[in-house]
Amino acid sequence: MNKAMTSEQMVARLRDGMTIGIGGWGPRRKPMALVRALLRSNLRDLTVVAYGGADVGMLCAAGKVKKLIFAFVSLDFIPLEPYFRRAREGGAIEVMEIDEGMLLLGLKAAAMRLPFMPTPVGLGTDVLKYNPDIKTIVSPYADGRELVAMPALKLDAALLHVDNADARGNCEIQGPDHYMDDLFALAANETFVSCEQLVDSSHFHDGHAPRSILWPRSATAGVIHQPGGAHPSSCMPHYGFDAPHFQEYVATAKAPDGWENYFSTYIAGGEADYLEKIGGISHVRALPAPMY
Amino acid sequence: MTAGDYTLADLMINAAAEIWRNDGEILATPIGVIPRLAAALCVRTFNPDLLITDGESHLVGEPVPVGPRGDYRPKVESWMGYAKVFDFVWSGKRHALVAPAQIDRFGQANISCIGDYRKPKAQMLGVRGLPGNSISHANSFFVPVHSRKVFVAGQCDMVSSIGYNRERLPQGYTFEDIDIRSIITDLCVLDFSGPDRQIALRALYPGVTAEQVQENTGFPLHIPADVQRIEPPSAAQLAIIAALDPHNLRAQQIKGNPRAGAAS
Repeated sequence: MNKAMTSEQMVARLRDGMTIGIGGWGPRRKPMALVRALLRSNLRDLTVVAYGGADVGMLCAAGKVKKLIFAFVSLDFIPLEPYFRRAREGGAIEVMEIDEGMLLLGLKAAAMRLPFMPTPVGLGTDVLKYNPDIKTIVSPYADGRELVAMPALKLDAALLHVDNADARGNCEIQGPDHYMDDLFALAANETFVSCEQLVDSSHFHDGHAPRSILWPRSATAGVIHQPGGAHPSSCMPHYGFDAPHFQEYVATAKAPDGWENYFSTYIAGGEADYLEKIGGISHVRALPAPMY
Repeated sequence: MTAGDYTLADLMINAAAEIWRNDGEILATPIGVIPRLAAALCVRTFNPDLLITDGESHLVGEPVPVGPRGDYRPKVESWMGYAKVFDFVWSGKRHALVAPAQIDRFGQANISCIGDYRKPKAQMLGVRGLPGNSISHANSFFVPVHSRKVFVAGQCDMVSSIGYNRERLPQGYTFEDIDIRSIITDLCVLDFSGPDRQIALRALYPGVTAEQVQENTGFPLHIPADVQRIEPPSAAQLAIIAALDPHNLRAQQIKGNPRAGAAS
């Protein structure tokens, strides 16, 4: 099966009101080209599940988010995401704010087709107060302890960005961390993956590459060839995140019509135009690794 | 300031390093420059078995200096991707040092938001891993400015971590299941050794009084008769700190970062 497609074809497979998981972590290996495709679309009322960064901020800024399921939204070197803040402080979005591990367990439960995963995480905190839909249970064993029944976070779609993929849907993450991408892929009804390189399947025949494939191709619905597709987030070892671009993006939140200007400058014209505006793929590939 | 002098930041790093002294072979998770330097100092002085990270996705065999570090390459020991962190969290083999925006009398902390939850006055990061940390393993807090804004009078606006609060104890749990160790501030070190885990004043920096600490805390502290004095760092410890922070990033973490004494 040839799963190669364009981001427009991906958008055509999505519907208003869907629950969409977004891989990566904060400013790292976010499928930003696919997020930009959502931003250009008419899709609305989305429930977004993410270890959030600018992906969440931009979707909030564009009014695409009905509900956000999250543990944090941060650009890391810039701790607070401005458009996420604005959406929260304006009461513009519903939220399910949970612990990072609860998010992992919710995806895991969905991947295992379980209704919930038991965990003590969240007990004693306002996570349960503000999420009355999250129930607790009591251990049926001798300990008799209370546990949170973290509900499955079933995704209609997951969006991910990887290094290499073949058209059959085998996806390789060479970078230092795959984050929860494998769980997002398995928790989703359909997973769409953008890749730096679309490789021939023979790429995986030898060496260690197969060890970097973390979900079966049967869990991949579409492959979108998009070099630089994680920009302005990082895709190590190919490029670090674009700190000046993030700073420019964050500054737009203080300007009148800041988001509208950012959108029309960078996003409206499509992905080829985006790459050209930011200085081309050579600019992206030259971005250094972040250092703290 | 002359060579051999030390600052408040150095004192705080030295005090914070103590939290992992007797932890043995567990994962230290220090968030922020001073907590990171404290864990590094701890590894270099009294607990070489502590597990530490490069702040990305590896465990390292020696502390990574903070800030730009030229050609230095972290001495990677092992891989620890984000999902693997939970192996430590949920096994209990971890001790985190984080800086919450609010801490209340129960040791409950807040990093989520300030004000009304539905429409917060200030949205911050979100609860991140605090709920899980607090019910799974040892935790300490770092407070760069000891004030009533941080040590709030009531409960935290958004209780992100479980504390020693009987009203919130889950079924089958006791205070023994919660392990909040120390709070390192710019005035003192607090712990939970008061009656019924009341927050207590354990030690003061030179020149700081118990009254000053209480005045800047929004709830009553337990003040024992034997409040200790925080030991200044030795010349050897100062040299370790300076080597791990060659750009003196620690000075920017503390307002004014006053000189605190001269190394003996």
